[in-house]
Amino acid sequence: MDRLRIATVWLGGCSGCHMSFLDLDEFLIDLAGLVDLVYSPVIDVKEYPENVDVCLIEGAVCNRDNLEMLHTVRRRTKVLVSFGDCAVTGNVPAIRNQLGAGNDVNVLQCAYIANAQNNPRLPVADGIVPELLKRVKPLHEVVPVEVYLPGCPPSADRIKLLLERVLAGLPPALEGEQIRFG
Amino acid sequence: MAAKTLIIDGKQVSAQDDATILDAATDAGIKIPTLCHLGGVYDVGACRLCLVEVAGAKKLFSACTTRVAEGMEVHTDTERLRKYRRMTLELLFAERNHVCSVCVSNGKCELQTLAWQNGMEHVGYDYSFPRWGVDATHHLFGLDHNRCVLCQRCVRVCWHIEGAGTKNVAGRGARSAIIDDLKQPWGDSETCTSCGKCVLACPTGALFNKGSTVGEMSRDLNKLEYIVNARLKKQWIALE
Repeated sequence: MDRLRIATVWLGGCSGCHMSFLDLDEFLIDLAGLVDLVYSPVIDVKEYPENVDVCLIEGAVCNRDNLEMLHTVRRRTKVLVSFGDCAVTGNVPAIRNQLGAGNDVNVLQCAYIANAQNNPRLPVADGIVPELLKRVKPLHEVVPVEVYLPGCPPSADRIKLLLERVLAGLPPALEGEQIRFG
Repeated sequence: MAAKTLIIDGKQVSAQDDATILDAATDAGIKIPTLCHLGGVYDVGACRLCLVEVAGAKKLFSACTTRVAEGMEVHTDTERLRKYRRMTLELLFAERNHVCSVCVSNGKCELQTLAWQNGMEHVGYDYSFPRWGVDATHHLFGLDHNRCVLCQRCVRVCWHIEGAGTKNVAGRGARSAIIDDLKQPWGDSETCTSCGKCVLACPTGALFNKGSTVGEMSRDLNKLEYIVNARLKKQWIALE
């Protein structure tokens, strides 16, 4: 059997889910012997490849880059895993949605003008700094998602359980306290 | 007092004739999920999580407010009920801003626990992200409307255990909210005795002790049980 092609992607999140992934410790070595990690913030691959079996996506959809990346990942991946509370619920990045229409402008004003100590200025660089979306969304509001892995972050044990089920060819959905938010 | 016999999930159960289906099920060791139910205060059937099927009736009944009847056949765990419970939970999460990761009750929250117990690994409805505030005017406690599920446990303990009548519900539908007195800042309330029973009774992070940071808030429901017992039976039994 061909080795599973696995990827991880980091959208609008704090990278805590990826820290938790690295917290798999020696299981990472076992994993490296069983699958091909074809794309991830922790390896040096620039382009998201074709024919990915399983992709763990951390973070909410916050800006135009996130949106385009998510659509690319969806097209090239069999099983999408919403990885962590930001991906599953929007979580902390989505708190700005509470400010209603214009929140994308307001948060930039607040962060770069109102609270700036030196040189208050909005970061504008077309094609480099991506535009914020009007509303932060969890992944499944944008594309279909097969599996949800909640947690802020999901513990390494929880990630391991999911990966073990994937490797065993079982449906990867978790249950019981393994799906607790927060 | 006369007893009634009924069948819950195929099990023969007898209960006092003024018992609710929830009482009878609990006595028989059958667990029905609840959120607005709180031992010691009357039930209002607000959360709809304890809905059960009664044979011969099309509509569903809230187990906490429906009395037992002779020969009643109750089902508490069918596919239809599981579907509705999950739907109810998803709607509760979508209606306000329940951000578990940054909530004082993270890990000790009844809503959060009910979600995983009922298999809710994501919310299928679009979140509404309403704009609610936090009332931090009281010197000991805070009220975060973002986390409120309108179970009214705080209202009931405030009126019927403390007898202060500070907490109320104002507004209609999704804009309903817990208020103090005539919708004043909590800190300005003339009726609040600062007893803190509302904070003990709250199932989520909506009512909290000031100074609690994320995941730090814990509640001791035994204290409420102690007060209720003292009131009803005049027994002041020391807490363990």
